[in-house]
Amino acid sequence: MLRVSGLQTFYGDMQALHGVTLEVREGEVVSIIGSNGAGKTTTLMTISGVLRPRRGQIEFDGRRIDSLKPAEIVEAGLGHVPEGRQLFPSMTLEENLTMGACTRRARAARTQTLERVYHLFPRLRERRHQVAGTLSGGEQQMVAIGRGLMSCPRLLMLDEPSLGLSPMLVTAIFDIIQEINRGGATILLVEQNVFRALKLSHRGYILENGQIVAEGSSQQLLRDPQVRTAYLGL
Amino acid sequence: MALYVQAIVNGFLVGGVYSLMALGLSLIFGVMRVINFAHGDMMVWGMYLSYWLFVTAGVDPYLSILVTGSAIFLLGAAVQKGLVNRILDAPHEMQILLMLGVALVLENLALMVWGPDPRRVSTTYALSTFWLGPIVFDLPKVATFGLALALALGLYLFLKKTDLGRMIRAASDNQIGALLVGTDILKVFTLAFGIGAACVGAAGSLMTPFLPFSPSTGLFFTITSFNIVIIGGMGSFLGAFVGGLLVGVSESLGAVILVPSLKEIVSFILLVLILLFRPQGLLGGSR
Ligand SMILES: Nc1ncnc2c1ncn2[C@@H]1O[C@H](COP(=O)(O)OP(=O)(O)OP(=O)(O)O)[C@@H](O)[C@H]1O
Ligand SMILES: [Mg+2]
Repeated sequence: MLRVSGLQTFYGDMQALHGVTLEVREGEVVSIIGSNGAGKTTTLMTISGVLRPRRGQIEFDGRRIDSLKPAEIVEAGLGHVPEGRQLFPSMTLEENLTMGACTRRARAARTQTLERVYHLFPRLRERRHQVAGTLSGGEQQMVAIGRGLMSCPRLLMLDEPSLGLSPMLVTAIFDIIQEINRGGATILLVEQNVFRALKLSHRGYILENGQIVAEGSSQQLLRDPQVRTAYLGL
Repeated sequence: MALYVQAIVNGFLVGGVYSLMALGLSLIFGVMRVINFAHGDMMVWGMYLSYWLFVTAGVDPYLSILVTGSAIFLLGAAVQKGLVNRILDAPHEMQILLMLGVALVLENLALMVWGPDPRRVSTTYALSTFWLGPIVFDLPKVATFGLALALALGLYLFLKKTDLGRMIRAASDNQIGALLVGTDILKVFTLAFGIGAACVGAAGSLMTPFLPFSPSTGLFFTITSFNIVIIGGMGSFLGAFVGGLLVGVSESLGAVILVPSLKEIVSFILLVLILLFRPQGLLGGSR
């Protein structure tokens, strides 16, 4: 469904990705694991079209998307819940969600999708008129995921969705991701909570210094001695 | 005493159109982080357009705001699309130089076309007044205030209630977020600059019934707009609105307390006080 090959992305003269290659198949949950600064966010931002790769290809449903605008990539069915949430702090919770359905396809289904999101996160319905900047961290993360769902993505990328949340909320967020996947969306997940991410995923990739250094099924990776010492602290 | 009340009333009425003008500057800054140094010059072109429609076709300036608003919208959108959008990644000083350049071009173009002498739009109602108790109201100032208020309210509702308005607010809140949800950010920028320019163009027309103007009027209003936006709080809608009224009143009081040619002093004192004690502006957030 998503095929990334030989991706090289630069910030000015600084090369952040040195040829990232990965694949996500329809219906899967795939994790990208890597330490701070490995290039996980850069990879997702390049797939979304916010950053332009200098070399490499990105294919979605067999179509090249690496020269499309972010709007066209969203329209094609690729959603992104970014690191740090990137909400619209002065707008209300519901306006934030509504903004998620910007593209033509999503706008047509806006009312139904909004219902679905409120069904998934009942707490958000209660706070719909509250300004997003005043919500708690957990609520903001729910809004970010909800906003990502509003574009009716077939593949949803999530960048550290559990960062900074209480253990209870982390569990809730992972449950929701599973539920979204069961609802039919394919998931590409970036997480620092390696154990839980791999438990949830079918497959995983290990990213180090802008390069994929290992890949495999989640069970394989969870058993891998190097992964266990480097990322699971075992 | 009555003198001061009268000055406050006059200042308040003129302040309404100041608010509209500053809303335009605030919108442009809020969304693109670009300071429109050509703001006053865009306004002056709105004034000349109204003047021209008045002297050639007898169109009332309160009617010609439709034409000037649209024309200055196009001018602003063209500046964003043709110039600013091209240098978004360049260092910030580039935008300042660019906008100063636009201001110079517009001012000198006005000088070439209209000459340096002041013009005025002499409507039949220019000197009409009515009394409420001891206070005298100039009819054109009341009409201008009413229309400026209506336009500001229209802009507010547009930003609050429409999809396009939400996109503009989203882009001003968080550009990465706006890109990721799939807004066409360059189009939103073009639209936002156009709307900001339309505000000041319409504000220009609304002032012609009581304010003579020349090409050099532009600089004065660019500075006044800055002043208002800084006093009210950068990027705050309500701030620009309240700031406009405040600066209108303080200029008017300044003219009475000091001498008319020093009327701006009071609003500059206000500016200095704000910068000293509340640098984010009266209603500005911490952002
Ligand atoms: N805007 C930027 N400008 C310059 N360099 C950047 C920028 N963003 C990231 N980098 C650099 O690119 C590299 C990859 O960063 P990236 O944010 O993709 O890592 P990450 O794997 O997401 O890390 P984290 O776990 O901290 O989120 C790092 O060396 C980082 O310093
Ligand atoms: Mg990251």
